[in-house]
Amino acid sequence: MSAVLDVSDFSVEFRTRSGIVRALDRVAFTVGRGETMALVGESGSGKSVTAYALLGLLDAAGKITQGRAVLEGVDLTAASPGELARIRGKRAAMIFQNPRAALNPIRPIGQQIADVLRRHAGLSKRDAMAGAIDMLRQVGIPDPARRASAYPFELSGGMCQRVMIAIAVATRPALLIADEPTTGLDVTTQAVVMDIVAKLASETGMATILITHDLALAAERSARIAVMHAGHIVEDAATKTLLANPRHPYTRRLLAATPTAAGALSALRSIPGNLPDLRRDDLPPCRFAARCDRRLPGCDAGLVWRDIAPAQRIACWNPT
Amino acid sequence: MIGNDPTPPGAAGSTLLDVAELSKRFPLRRGGFFGGGHTPMVHAVDDVSFTLARGETLGLVGESGCGKSTLVRLITRLTDPSSGSIRFGQRELAALPAKAFARDADRARIQIVFQDAGESINPRFTAADAIADPLRKLKGVTGADLKAKVEEAAALCGLPLELLDRFPHQLSGGQRARVGIARAIATRPDLLVLDEPTAALDVSVQVTILQLLVTLRETLGMSYVFVSHDLNVVRLLCDRVVVMYLGRIVEVGPASQVFANPLHPYTRGLVAAVPRLDGLRDDALRLAGDPRSPIDPDPNACRFHGRCPIGTDRCGTEMPALRRFAGGRQAACHYAEEPP
Repeated sequence: MSAVLDVSDFSVEFRTRSGIVRALDRVAFTVGRGETMALVGESGSGKSVTAYALLGLLDAAGKITQGRAVLEGVDLTAASPGELARIRGKRAAMIFQNPRAALNPIRPIGQQIADVLRRHAGLSKRDAMAGAIDMLRQVGIPDPARRASAYPFELSGGMCQRVMIAIAVATRPALLIADEPTTGLDVTTQAVVMDIVAKLASETGMATILITHDLALAAERSARIAVMHAGHIVEDAATKTLLANPRHPYTRRLLAATPTAAGALSALRSIPGNLPDLRRDDLPPCRFAARCDRRLPGCDAGLVWRDIAPAQRIACWNPT
Repeated sequence: MIGNDPTPPGAAGSTLLDVAELSKRFPLRRGGFFGGGHTPMVHAVDDVSFTLARGETLGLVGESGCGKSTLVRLITRLTDPSSGSIRFGQRELAALPAKAFARDADRARIQIVFQDAGESINPRFTAADAIADPLRKLKGVTGADLKAKVEEAAALCGLPLELLDRFPHQLSGGQRARVGIARAIATRPDLLVLDEPTAALDVSVQVTILQLLVTLRETLGMSYVFVSHDLNVVRLLCDRVVVMYLGRIVEVGPASQVFANPLHPYTRGLVAAVPRLDGLRDDALRLAGDPRSPIDPDPNACRFHGRCPIGTDRCGTEMPALRRFAGGRQAACHYAEEPP
C-alpha cells in the first residue's frame, strides 16, 4: 500500500507570553490509500494541532519547527501559502466538530458545496450546483434538490455534518481529516454519519484520519490507531493488536479508564497525575514518565520510537 | 392539600419520587390572521410516569430532543407542568408554581449538577462563594458555620481547601466538576439530578468523578436521576434506566437487563449504535432517519412509527401502552415480546 500521507519527525511549537509550548514532538505516521487511521488521546494531547499543522491552518503563534509531511509527493511543510490553499479543499480536506459553527450561516448549503466545485474543479455555476445536489444525495440528504436552498439553521446537527462531509469530499480529495466529527451528535446519528464517511472512503479510495477521544469509536471505525499523549505518538498499531495487546503503559491506562468494556464501575481505573506543562524548558524525554509506574532510570536518558512487533510501534523502554 | 411543611424523612427503600402522567406542552405562537382558534403545541413531555426509590440511581437516556431536559426541569421544579403529578416524599409538588418553589423549604432537598460547571458557575464567584451560595440562600447559614459547611462539602467532594479561593477559570475541568457537585450537595439534598455531569471530561477524569458520585450516594444517602448520552456510563452507574423517545417513555427496567436485552425496538437501535471496543457492530439494527415532529403528534400513533424497523399498520392507529414485563421491566411496544 503506497502512502498518501507520510509524516516524519514533525514538531510544532507555539510562542506564547508565558513561554514556548512544545505542542508536537517528532510525530511520525503514514496513511495509505483507502486506509482509515485514528488519532486518539485526551484533551491537550495534540490531536487537533496535528491536523491543523498538516493543513497549514496554525495561527500566527504556531510554527512547524522540523519534519516533513508529504502528501502525494508534495511536502506540505515546504509548500507556499498559495500552494497550500490549492491543496486544501482539493487534495486534502477536513471536517470539524460542531458543523453548524463551521458552515456559513447566511449561505444556502447547496451554494457552499458549489463554491468548492467552482473554485477547485473549475465547474460552471450551473454544473457546480448540479454537482452540489449530487453530493447532497450521496451523503444521504433526502430531497436534495429542494434541501440545497436550505440554510444551516434549518438542518439538524447530523444533517449539518453531512453537508460538511459533502463539502469536504466534493473534489474527491486524497486525504480526509475528520476532527471529532461526531462529538455532540447522538449515537444513532453518529453511526449514520460514520457509515457515510466509510462508504465515501471505500468508493473513492481516500485516506482518512479520524481524530477522536473515543477509543471505542476509533476501534470500530479504523484499521489502525495512533495514541497520543502530550504531543507524542506513544503507540501506533493495528487496531486489533492495540486493543488485545497494548504495550505502552499509557495505552493500557487509557483502556483501563474507558467505560465501554468494563463490567463494573469499580473495575475502572483513573490515570494518576496530569499532563506535563508543555512550556517547561526541562521537559523530560518521555512526557508520560512522571505518571508512569514502569519508569526506569533509562527513561530520563532519551526517548526512542521502535517497532516492537510487526505493525506495532511504541515510544517506551519498558513496555507492558 | 399542599402543605408548607417540609416532608418528614421517610424510611430507606421507600419511594422518594413518584411522577405520574406528567406532561409539558409548549405553545407555538403563530401570529397573524390565520392563527385561528388552535395554537399548535410542542409535546415535550407526554404522559410520563415513573418512581424513584430512596438510595436508587435512575438513568434517563434518549436522543436530543426526546424531552430529557424538560423532564429534568419539571422534576427539579424549575418549570411548571401542563398536567400530572410529582410526589416528593409525602408531598405533591406539581401544583406549586416554580417561582414559589424557589423559596420553598424543599428547594434545598432537590438539587441539580449541571453539565459544564465552567459555564454553570458564576465566573465572578470563587469556588467557596459558589458552594456557599445555596447554603446562604436556601438554609440561611452565615458566618463561621457557613465556612465550616463549605469546607465540609469541599472535603466530601475531594476538593483541596487551598483551591476554594480560586475562580472557575483557574480550575481544571475535573476540579470544576467537583465544585459543581459540592455546591449541589452542600444543602444535603435527598434527590440529586445530574445532567450529563461528565460529558465534558476526559475518560481518566470521568472515572474519578463517577466513583466520587458513588461514594457520595452511599455516605449521604441520596437518590440520583442521572441524565446522559453515554449509555456505557449509565450502564455502570445506574440501578434502573428510563428510555425516552419524543416525549414519551418507551422502556423502563434494570439497567443491566435493558442494555443486555432491550425489549423496545428503539432501545435496540440505540444500544446497537454505541461503539464497541471489539468492533462487533450490529448494522442490521441501524436506526435511519430522524424522529418525527413533536408538534401536535397524532395521539393514536406510536411516536416511533415510521422509523421503527418492525412497525405495522396497527402502530399507526393504536398508541402502545407502557406494559409491564417480568423482572420489573416495562416497554411501550405492541411487539415487545417478539425476538428481534
